[in-house]
Amino acid sequence: MTQPLSPPRKRSPLNRTLAPSQPPAARSRTSHGFTAAAAEGRFALQCCAHCGSFTYPAREICPECLSTELPFVEAPRGGVLVSETTVRVPADVYFRERAPWRIGLVKLDCGPVMVSHLHGDCAEGERVAMSLQLDKSGQAVAFAKPQQETPHMQDDRQWREMTADPKFRRILVTNGRSPVGLAAVEALLKAGARTIHVGVPENWKPFPEEERLRALDGVKLVPLDLGDERSVRDLAADIAGKTDILVNTAEFVRPGGLTDRQGTSFFQMELAETYMGLVHLAQSFGPAMRMRGADGIDSAAAWVNVLSVYALANWQPFGAHAASQAGCLALSHCLRSELRSGGVKVMNVFTGPIDGDWFQTLPPPKVAPRAVADGIVSGLRQGLEEVFVGDVAQDVRRRLAANPKALERELG
Amino acid sequence: MAATDLAAFAAALAGGSVKVIDLTFTLSPDFPVIVLPPEFGQASPLRIEQISRYDAAGPGWYWNNITLSEHTGTHFDAPIHWFTGKDLPNNAVDTMPVADMVAPACVIDCSAQSAADPDFLLTIPVVEAWEAEHGRIPERNWVLLRTDWSKRSGRDYANLGEGGPHTPGPDSAVMRWLVEERGIIGFGTETIGTDAGQAAHLDPPYPAHHFLHGGGRYGLQCLRDLDKLPPTGAVIIATPLKIINGSGSPVRVLALVGETG
Repeated sequence: MTQPLSPPRKRSPLNRTLAPSQPPAARSRTSHGFTAAAAEGRFALQCCAHCGSFTYPAREICPECLSTELPFVEAPRGGVLVSETTVRVPADVYFRERAPWRIGLVKLDCGPVMVSHLHGDCAEGERVAMSLQLDKSGQAVAFAKPQQETPHMQDDRQWREMTADPKFRRILVTNGRSPVGLAAVEALLKAGARTIHVGVPENWKPFPEEERLRALDGVKLVPLDLGDERSVRDLAADIAGKTDILVNTAEFVRPGGLTDRQGTSFFQMELAETYMGLVHLAQSFGPAMRMRGADGIDSAAAWVNVLSVYALANWQPFGAHAASQAGCLALSHCLRSELRSGGVKVMNVFTGPIDGDWFQTLPPPKVAPRAVADGIVSGLRQGLEEVFVGDVAQDVRRRLAANPKALERELG
Repeated sequence: MAATDLAAFAAALAGGSVKVIDLTFTLSPDFPVIVLPPEFGQASPLRIEQISRYDAAGPGWYWNNITLSEHTGTHFDAPIHWFTGKDLPNNAVDTMPVADMVAPACVIDCSAQSAADPDFLLTIPVVEAWEAEHGRIPERNWVLLRTDWSKRSGRDYANLGEGGPHTPGPDSAVMRWLVEERGIIGFGTETIGTDAGQAAHLDPPYPAHHFLHGGGRYGLQCLRDLDKLPPTGAVIIATPLKIINGSGSPVRVLALVGETG
């Protein structure tokens, strides 16, 4: 049975903060098929296009029929834990610091045997459900959990290393004025967040949800203008060292592409609020979070960006907005690489048009702010890097993978 | 003779018998700017991006890049700012006569009315009552509307509520009258605009902008500490940046006040 987590104790200034170390990160190029699946929470294995047999670990040639066509496909998650080992004195620094560490061999229903990290409630001989997880080095590993839900399952020590669960964590949501920011605050509180700092841009403007937000237990409103370097730096000076999850809900949506907008001021504003906002946040909060990636059960764990799915493929009616989002996406990849050494995940949550003022005249389907918030929480609880919320985002994702050129024509 | 006067003036400044009063808010990123419906273009608040601060980007020096609109913070409005002044000669901050940047001021104290009613409108009778006490407003004078609004900050200063901002300002008739009958050089306020918060609903909308700029006159807004000025006799120095074809400019506004007021 999993011991439920206890609320973290206050840190003593006499103790050095544990510096983040990392599990082995080397992977073959082919193995990144697992990384791609793990990033989205899919369980994928190579499956021979000729003989249909699944294979593991990653190979260039099918061991059954010698075919070189071994695409990664969705695979059944079921299996049996055939043996388990508790490693008490590992040679690797990362595992040594976390010993004892349990691993095991899982015989998959679809054939292969996988070496896997184990949830504490997995017992030898019993059935397990497999997933691919991104570990603290950002690489894919296999993880076995009991097939049935067990009490406090999410609190398991080894599972928590793979995820960025909001429980007991201190969170910054950058914009409490926006419907997505507001919904995120409520969902994260429900998921067990200890405190949530909620940024209020243009603090001199009142907003209708303010009193409700202020009354929530654990929520603290703070002035925060992402486009203003000093505003971000001042907030970071107070709370960067105790921000475990940063949820960047910056949004600045205005219609128009390049030639049908009058002047350039909206281009400047959207870059200031979103692209420069991310720059300011990363420079102010990034270094502190990266230092605290191994700081106990409320270590720094994740950085979330809510992005338009049209960051991936430009949609002309909101083409300039999409371009600014593409800039943020590129920055997020840079940030992901820079935070990886601290074991802090960068998760991008892609959405289609959100139900609200700026997409008012668009027909459904539109994404409810609540759905984005749920996507954030479930992504953190699973330890994902890419989340696609709603039909539009998932559709764009699929069409992009199938034929980027076709998608370009269809959107433009 | 002019040289003698200036020497006496300089001596008065140095001796403190002429005081220099700063009527300017500190330019800061969180200072409110005018609120327009978001589908319109917006005035940028001040943004400061550090270039270097005795660090790797510049070891011996500290400096910043700034971004702001022509109408951010304490600022000056030139006639070209409004459609009514668009065809006037020398109507932008770079071409306007520099002599207009130094002029005397009449200060009308409406602080009590504004405290009682944030939507207080200055009217001709109010100005006539002021004139009965202090004399007719001379031509080429600034008229500054003292409301003590500059003693507020943040939300109270912007005072956004049902239907938008609620801040005092002039009504339509008084603006036309001040421009046409009194020949003022400009009109200044302590609020975010020269017009009242609800001036979009006046006829014509935004009468201060409409009549001032249509008449080739100027606006000053986000002034502070007008309570430190005498009703008459102060001299205003307001020198907008020489921005090419600029519609306005952030400005450091100074008032010179003689010992006797």
